[in-house]
Amino acid sequence: MPGQSRFQRIAGTIGVYGAIACYVVFALLPIYWTIKISVTPQDLLYSEGIRLWPSRMTLANYASVLEATDFPRYFLNSIIVSVATAVIVTAVASFAGYALSRFRFRGKALVSLVLLLTQTFPLVMVIPPIYRIMGQLGLTDNLYGLIIIYTAFNIAFATFLMQSFLDGVPKDLEEAAMIDGCTRFEALRRVILPLTLPGMGATVAFVFTAAWSELLFGLMLINSESQKTFSVGLLTFVGKFAVDWGQMMAASVLALIPVCLFFLFLQRYLVTGLTAGAVKG
Amino acid sequence: MASVSLRSVHKKFGPITVLQSIDLDIEDGEFVVLVGPSGCGKSTLLRSIAGLETINGGEIHIGERQVNHVAPKDRDIAMVFQSYALYPHMDVRRNMGFSLNLRKSPTRMVVERVSAASTKLGLNSLLDRLPKQLSGGQRQRVAMGRAIVRNPQVFLFDEPLSNLDAKLRATMRTEIKALHQSLKTTAIYVTHDQVEAMTMANRIVVMSDGVIQQVGAPLELYDRPANIFVAGFIGSPTMNFFDAVIDGKQAGLADGSLLALPASAAVTEGQKVVIGIRPEHLHFTDTGIPGTVVVVEPLGMSTQVTLDAARERVTLLALERPVLAPGDRKHLTARPQDIHVFDRASGLRVN
Amino acid sequence: MTAIAEDIGSLQRQADRRRFLEPWLYLSPALILIFTVLIVPLVIGISYSFRKFSAFRSEYVGLGQYRAMLSDTVLHGALVNTLWWTVASLALQFFFGLGLALLLNRPFIGQRIVQGLVFLPWAVPIFLTGLTWSWLFNPVIGPLPHVFHAIGLQAEPVTILADPATAMWGPIIANVWFGIPFFAITLLAARKSIPSELYEAAAIDGASPWQQFTKVTLPFLAPTIAITVMLRTVWIATFADLIYVMTAGGPAGSTNTIATYIYVSAFKSLDKGYASAIAVLLLVLLIAYALIVIQMRRALLRDA
Repeated sequence: MPGQSRFQRIAGTIGVYGAIACYVVFALLPIYWTIKISVTPQDLLYSEGIRLWPSRMTLANYASVLEATDFPRYFLNSIIVSVATAVIVTAVASFAGYALSRFRFRGKALVSLVLLLTQTFPLVMVIPPIYRIMGQLGLTDNLYGLIIIYTAFNIAFATFLMQSFLDGVPKDLEEAAMIDGCTRFEALRRVILPLTLPGMGATVAFVFTAAWSELLFGLMLINSESQKTFSVGLLTFVGKFAVDWGQMMAASVLALIPVCLFFLFLQRYLVTGLTAGAVKG
Repeated sequence: MASVSLRSVHKKFGPITVLQSIDLDIEDGEFVVLVGPSGCGKSTLLRSIAGLETINGGEIHIGERQVNHVAPKDRDIAMVFQSYALYPHMDVRRNMGFSLNLRKSPTRMVVERVSAASTKLGLNSLLDRLPKQLSGGQRQRVAMGRAIVRNPQVFLFDEPLSNLDAKLRATMRTEIKALHQSLKTTAIYVTHDQVEAMTMANRIVVMSDGVIQQVGAPLELYDRPANIFVAGFIGSPTMNFFDAVIDGKQAGLADGSLLALPASAAVTEGQKVVIGIRPEHLHFTDTGIPGTVVVVEPLGMSTQVTLDAARERVTLLALERPVLAPGDRKHLTARPQDIHVFDRASGLRVN
Repeated sequence: MTAIAEDIGSLQRQADRRRFLEPWLYLSPALILIFTVLIVPLVIGISYSFRKFSAFRSEYVGLGQYRAMLSDTVLHGALVNTLWWTVASLALQFFFGLGLALLLNRPFIGQRIVQGLVFLPWAVPIFLTGLTWSWLFNPVIGPLPHVFHAIGLQAEPVTILADPATAMWGPIIANVWFGIPFFAITLLAARKSIPSELYEAAAIDGASPWQQFTKVTLPFLAPTIAITVMLRTVWIATFADLIYVMTAGGPAGSTNTIATYIYVSAFKSLDKGYASAIAVLLLVLLIAYALIVIQMRRALLRDA
């Protein structure tokens, strides 16, 4: 900016880059440290103390996690639950979002309000009754129970998300298709759907991330080893074998992989997602 | 090709009436322009004919068929949208062939029709492009192409040129008109631009507040507007209006000056009227309505002079090039046969 | 003629009915799920709060559970903790998030990569956030106690999570780490929507950078700030996962918030009635908070 001395300008630039560097270090420290411990050989863990990088690297922790523990099972369970939830939620939310985006009807404001409220009311409110109801229905200790609950909890925000993506498709296109010879449903399938595919992909990714991260309902409803999701498995593992640091860290890094992949894809949709009120916030 | 007729068509959005008992007959092959200010209901009327809006009362016929409950896809119409509404995920060829493919037309016929249309519109080199790779004018052409490939009974145009710059708009205007002359398909064209209406239409329908104000050939509307609204809407620069009171065979203006009326004026002594005079019909004279020059705008072919006269802001269009400066005092007059007289209470023409 | 008119009438009615039903058809799966899995349990939960549950039966106790809350010192501690946890987390998340948004708004070298990296914490699952931070605070494998010791914050390199006086800072720091991207992303989007002409006009009028910030940036961000802060308050106040993972409310109840207390009561003890009563209390407090915020906003709008 004119009017500033050269010294001020340089100091300002250094300040900005310094602040950004601090943020980056802060943001990456926990992830970096987890990866670092996961590749540190057991014998160096205590002898080398706190070093930025171990003198020797090993993948033994990963190998033992994959071979000697139930984590592959947990991983698979989490994939099943998260994928099922993401697919069901996206399908249901696409229809609901379509209704909110394309129709004017009595009660629309009320529907939006109810969806908004279910997003903001404290989920701990429903923990006691859901625990009991799921028990009576025989849906505890069972992946279906988790899928149902995660689906219901993610629908509101996914609907708002899909609505905003659908709002981005001009109404004219649908009308042109209907004049060109489509029924409403054909217009939806041949014109609107192809144009909202990226949005649906983003919705799948958001919901997957949310389901993958869920812990409390999983902990409450799942008991048997064979049904544990990754979050539940990792936490019980920590409770039982709190000293095997390398394995825990290796397992954590594995749990991070799918969400980081989705995160790469989701970057351009973060603003839309957060405005729709992605449950995780 | 088909005629279109509307019988007391009625449309409400919630409590608001947007179309009030519209009656209109459009003949086979005619080019009709619906014109009016925004919010006058012209687009709603067009969309009702297309079947994109359901009407609350009345009947719409296309050809012999009553189409009130016929889905848009079965009305055998084509529409060109203001936004062009090209399918972003299809190239030009598929955009143009989409409707024929939906009807499961034989591939050979689709190819023939698309290539005939694209040749007509000069789109041959663009057939493999996506809409986002086209300029505004090219998109407009593709939208036209998509409509003519159908060979429909009726073309509907919803302000198709309003997203183009002025020069392109003039070119496309001519092209659409030429196209209509060669295809001879019935066309209904909505615009808020009265120049478009004047230049393209066989007949113009002027609308305001959901009511048809006047239907007629362009020059008929220009020369004999049925009411103050039409008089003010058609013509650019707009007609000058003066409040006046009838005084014998003359009209007394607000500043006391008198103006001779046309012989045809059916008025009574003391009646409150509005006098309308088009800018090109005002002349400078030695006597007449006194006025003060405010602005002089040379347009090349003509000169537009803005004056204050008879307590109104008045526009005068002179073909000669008068030497004037702001502040000059001049006198204005118009020939009686060029004067339009409207009743002030009803707004209707009385001569 | 009348036959035709009747025919058209019935067609009209049929079309009307279809138009009326169609949106509800599309909405119904979503509404049914939300109703059965969220709304019904919510109502049942409220009814639970008037009952007492033991192993195999429950009985109606009226306001008994609410009376029990009055003398529950753990709950009183949890109320204070909730307030502290919410205010500290929110304030830190907000200020760092705003700072980050303003930093990222100016172009600099490597902006795209940096943006991805600093937003990454948002994607990390909460249970992992909790675990990795508690490991960072662990003196055996984590660096932080040694750093704190070196700069004189701690006399001995021990975990802050074990000391009731400092334990709450653990979850708060983890929560701030995870929550900064939320504020940064939303505020950055809002900041980018401010037309640059406004800053040019302000600069020409002689406004200093600080004045530009207070007179242009803040007023424009205010609506976004208001809504995000309100939503985050509710969210953080009811957010149990992080604390549960890191300290499970301990040591000695020093990190026990209402949300973790509900979870632990519902989960570990058999009395769903008491947990539900606390949940109702939390709901009432949050509604009161929301009403106060809305009233304040109204008052501010009236003054403006």
